[in-house]
Amino acid sequence: MSEKVTVASESLNSCAGCEIAVVDLGARLLDVLGLIDFVHIPVLMDHKYYGQAGDKTKMDIPEATVGLISGGIRNQEHLEVAEEMRKKCKIIIALGTCATHGGIPALINEFTNDDLFKRYYSTESTDQPNKIPDDGVPPLLDRCYAVDEKIKVDVYLPGCPPHPDNIINALTGLISGKTEDLPKKSVCDTCPAIRHGKGQVEKLQKFFITPEFKNPAEPIDNMKCLLEQGILCMGPVTRAGCGGDKKTPRCISAGVPCRGCYGPVKQNGNQMLDMLNALASNGIDIKSLPEYSSMLRFSGAHDLLKPKYTKEEV
Amino acid sequence: MGQVINIQPITRIEGHASIEIKLDDNGSVKDSKVHFLALRGFEKFVEGKPAEEVPRIVPRICGICPWHHHMASIKAVDDCFNVTPAPAGSMLRELMQTISHLEDKLLHFFFLAAADFVIGPDADYSARNVIGIAQANPELAKKIVTMRHKAKMILEKFSGKAIHPITAVTGGFAKPMTESDRKEILAEMRELLDFSMFTIEFAKKKVFPPYIDTVKSLGLIKTGFLGTVDDEGALNLYGGNLRMMKPDGTYTDFSPKNYTDYISEHVVPYSYGKMPYARFWNEGFSLDLDQPKGIYRANTLARINVCDKMATPKAQAELEEFREKFGRPTQATLLYHWARLIEAVYSSEHAIELLENKAITDPYIRAKAEPKAGRGVGCVEAPRGTLIHDYTTDENGLIKTANMIVGTTHNLGPINMSVDQAARSLIKNGEVTEGIMNRIEMAVRAYDP
Repeated sequence: MSEKVTVASESLNSCAGCEIAVVDLGARLLDVLGLIDFVHIPVLMDHKYYGQAGDKTKMDIPEATVGLISGGIRNQEHLEVAEEMRKKCKIIIALGTCATHGGIPALINEFTNDDLFKRYYSTESTDQPNKIPDDGVPPLLDRCYAVDEKIKVDVYLPGCPPHPDNIINALTGLISGKTEDLPKKSVCDTCPAIRHGKGQVEKLQKFFITPEFKNPAEPIDNMKCLLEQGILCMGPVTRAGCGGDKKTPRCISAGVPCRGCYGPVKQNGNQMLDMLNALASNGIDIKSLPEYSSMLRFSGAHDLLKPKYTKEEV
Repeated sequence: MGQVINIQPITRIEGHASIEIKLDDNGSVKDSKVHFLALRGFEKFVEGKPAEEVPRIVPRICGICPWHHHMASIKAVDDCFNVTPAPAGSMLRELMQTISHLEDKLLHFFFLAAADFVIGPDADYSARNVIGIAQANPELAKKIVTMRHKAKMILEKFSGKAIHPITAVTGGFAKPMTESDRKEILAEMRELLDFSMFTIEFAKKKVFPPYIDTVKSLGLIKTGFLGTVDDEGALNLYGGNLRMMKPDGTYTDFSPKNYTDYISEHVVPYSYGKMPYARFWNEGFSLDLDQPKGIYRANTLARINVCDKMATPKAQAELEEFREKFGRPTQATLLYHWARLIEAVYSSEHAIELLENKAITDPYIRAKAEPKAGRGVGCVEAPRGTLIHDYTTDENGLIKTANMIVGTTHNLGPINMSVDQAARSLIKNGEVTEGIMNRIEMAVRAYDP
C-alpha cells in the first residue's frame, strides 16, 4: 500500500458548506483522493460512532494524521466528537469560519438558550409544546463556541466557506509536512478596486444602490472602492483569502460589499471594534449605521457576542 | 427490557440525525425514532438585523442549498419593502436558482445516494461510497465530477460566490449579464442537459432495475404531498401557488402568503426539528403507520406527484414514462431518486429557456427600494422541499420577527415513518445485520435530508 495520509473529518454546528467546498475542488478532488485516505467522514462515508452494528457504548473515531473539523461547538455531542477527534488525530484543522470563530450560528450568542427555545417553539406556525425536546437529543451548551475554545487547534482555515484553493493548499502542504496558515493580510490588501484615500465619505448608506462602476461588464479594477462610495464594506478588517489563488475578493468581484466571512485579519482580532475604529479615524459618522453587532456576524464566538441583557436585568 | 439499536450518525446525508430502534422481548420492532439534532435558531438571531442583510445570513442554514434560502429570503425582503424586482434581475435570480437545482441533484445522486445501488446495499461500508465508485469506475467518476463542477462553476464565475451567494439584492440582482456571459453559459448548459439525459438513462438502465422491488417497497408509507405549480399546473421551482395533495390524489391550491392557514408545525420530545402537518385537513397529527394524520411529504417525489405536467419537453416525456410505470400519486419512497433525475432534466431545459431569452441581458437589473415596515413571505421550491421565509420589519427596515419552514422540515415526520416501516419489515427475531441497518438508512437517504 501507498503512504497515504489518513484523514478524519467531522462537521459540528455547521451547514455542510465546507464539505461541499472540498467537493468543489472538481477534478482536483480525484487527485487529492489519490494522496489521502478518509477513515471517517459522515457526509460521504458510513463509518459510525458506536461500531457498525451500533452495539458499542463508547464513541470511537479511527486514528488519523489529519482531523478536519468544520462547525462550532454548540451541544454536548459536538463537544464529545471534538474531544474524540483531538484524541485520535495528530493535526487538527479548524475548517471554515464556524470552526475558527463561531461563524453565522454564533449570532445566537446575542441571546440565551431560553430566548431561542421560546421563539423557535412558538412561531406563527408552531403548536405550542408542553416541553422543550429533551429525549435523545444532545443538550445545548450555554452558547456557541469556536473549536479552539474547547480543544487545541493546530491549523486555522477560515472562510465561509474556505475557497477550494485554500483547502487543497493546506492539504498538500500537510502531505509534505508543512502546516501553513493563510497570509495575515486584509481583503483590502488583495482588492483591485480604485481607492483615492481618506476623507471621501462622511456617512454610510445602506446597500440599496448599485455601486458606481465605469462598466459593470468589466472586472472590478474599474470599480471605485465601495467604502469610498459610502457603502459599508468589511474588507479592511477581514482576512484575505476568499479569492483563492486568483486573489480577487469573491463578493466584491460581483459588485457586492464584503461582510467579513474570513473572520478577523489576526485570529484574535475583533472585527466590530476594528471596523468602528477604522471608520471613525476616516471621519465617517458611525451613527449612520443601523446597528453594529452584524459586524461580528462571522466571529461572535470567543465571548465577543453576548446576550444584550441578562435575566436579572429584565 | 428488549434490545435498542442505534444508528449514529446517519451518514451520507447533509444534516445531523440519528436513529433509535427499540425491540421487544421477541426481537420485533416496538418503536423507531429519528432524532433530528440541529438547533441553531436562525428565526431568533436574525431579529434586529437590517432585513436587506438577511439574504446574506440565512444561506448558512444549508451549505448544499444556499441559493434557495438566498432566494426565499430576498423575495420576503422585497415583499416587506413592497418593491417589485427589475425583470432582468428576476430572471437572473431564477437562472441561478435553477442551475443550483441541477447541481444539487447531480451531487446527491452520484455523491451520496448512488453507492447504495452501484456498489450495493450490503457492501462493506469502506467501499460503499463515492470514493468506492471512483475506484471501481474511474472514467465515469471523472465525468461525474467534471460535469457537476461545471454547473457549480457557472454559479461561482457569474455570481462571485457559489456557496453562500450574495448577488440577489433588494429590487433585483447585483450584476448584469453580458451577451458573452449569456453565450458562454448557454453552451455550458446545453452540455449539462446532455449529461442530465445521460444520467437519467444510466439510472433507468443500470441503477434501479436490479433493485426495483426494493425501490417499490422500502420505506413505503401513505401520505399527502406538497409542491409548487404555475398557473397551468406545471411544476415550478421558483414560484407559483402551493398545491397540497391528499393521499387519494385530490388537491387544494393556495397562495404561499396564506401558509399558516394550511400548515402547522408539531413538536415531539425526541427531535429538535419540528414536524409540519396539514392542519386544514382537520384531522390532527399522527405518525401512525396504518392511520397517519395530517402527514404530507415535500421534495422531488412530492413535486412530481402534485404537478399536472412539466413545462419542458424532455422532462414532460420523462414524467409520462414515470406515471405510466408508477401512477399518480405514487407513494414509493425510493422513487424520490428517480423524481430527482426528472427534475435534473427540467432544470437543465429551463435554464436554457431562460438563457435563450435575450431580455436576460437587460442592464436594468435593480429596482429602487427603501426600508419600511411590512410583512413579506418568500417561497421557492428548494431541492429538499417547499421553502418558506416569513419576515416582519419595523419602520427602519430591521427584522421584527422571522419564521422559516425549511424544505427538509416537511419531511421529518415522514422520514420517521419510513424508518419505522423499514425497520418493521426488515428486522425479524432480533436479527440485525449491517446490510439491514444500511437499508433502513437508505429509506432516510431517499429524502436527502
